[in-house]
Amino acid sequence: MEIVKKREGDKLTLALSGRLDTLTAPQLEAVIKNELDGAKELELDLKDLIYVSSAGLRVFLMGHKTMSKIGSMSLSNVCDDIKEVLTITGFADIFTIK
Amino acid sequence: MTERIFPAEIDELAAVIAFLEEELDKAEASPKLVVTLSVALEELFVNVAHYAYPDSKGTAKIEIDTSGDSVVIRLTDSGIPFDPLAKPDPDVTESAEKRKIGGLGIYMVKKSMDSISYQRQDGKNILTISKRK
Repeated sequence: MEIVKKREGDKLTLALSGRLDTLTAPQLEAVIKNELDGAKELELDLKDLIYVSSAGLRVFLMGHKTMSKIGSMSLSNVCDDIKEVLTITGFADIFTIK
Repeated sequence: MTERIFPAEIDELAAVIAFLEEELDKAEASPKLVVTLSVALEELFVNVAHYAYPDSKGTAKIEIDTSGDSVVIRLTDSGIPFDPLAKPDPDVTESAEKRKIGGLGIYMVKKSMDSISYQRQDGKNILTISKRK
């Protein structure tokens, strides 16, 4: 998985590509924990993400909880396959999906 | 049917998924099917790597059969008895604060596969999943 960071004012966008799985989820977790640099809005751009397992969903939930205290988190460019996973697991009702 | 044996360790996950992709490639499976089965096998393999051998190292055998109308994947380990299907499903209607992540992986497998079964036989855990092509 690759994570590309883009900063615009208070907003941090993380563009994720490849696979968010058991092996790569800790990378995203580390960025959300340590590299927010005061951002109040976090957008995860999933345009080039092909795969999310439960390990990835766990990090999304962690990010959502972290950001809800200081601002907000959203998911953008969510493909149908990943949307389906979010719906099945009830996260479509929790996360802001753009 | 092709089978391969892997050390039951998280670090093997990439090799496990590569094996699955190789077999599905040969069967000309759709990209959607590849993703769905990869997620399912990841959840099951990671479960075995985490729980099957608490005090020792062990292996997991993966068999993949793409010859019929469905892709059938069987995962066998010789670890402690563990039936992941016996756990209650997580409550997916809970709020963010109350959501628990435990059990979510197996729940995703149950929801995405056409069938899933568990057997304990001759000291082995055998999990079988299938999904129509």
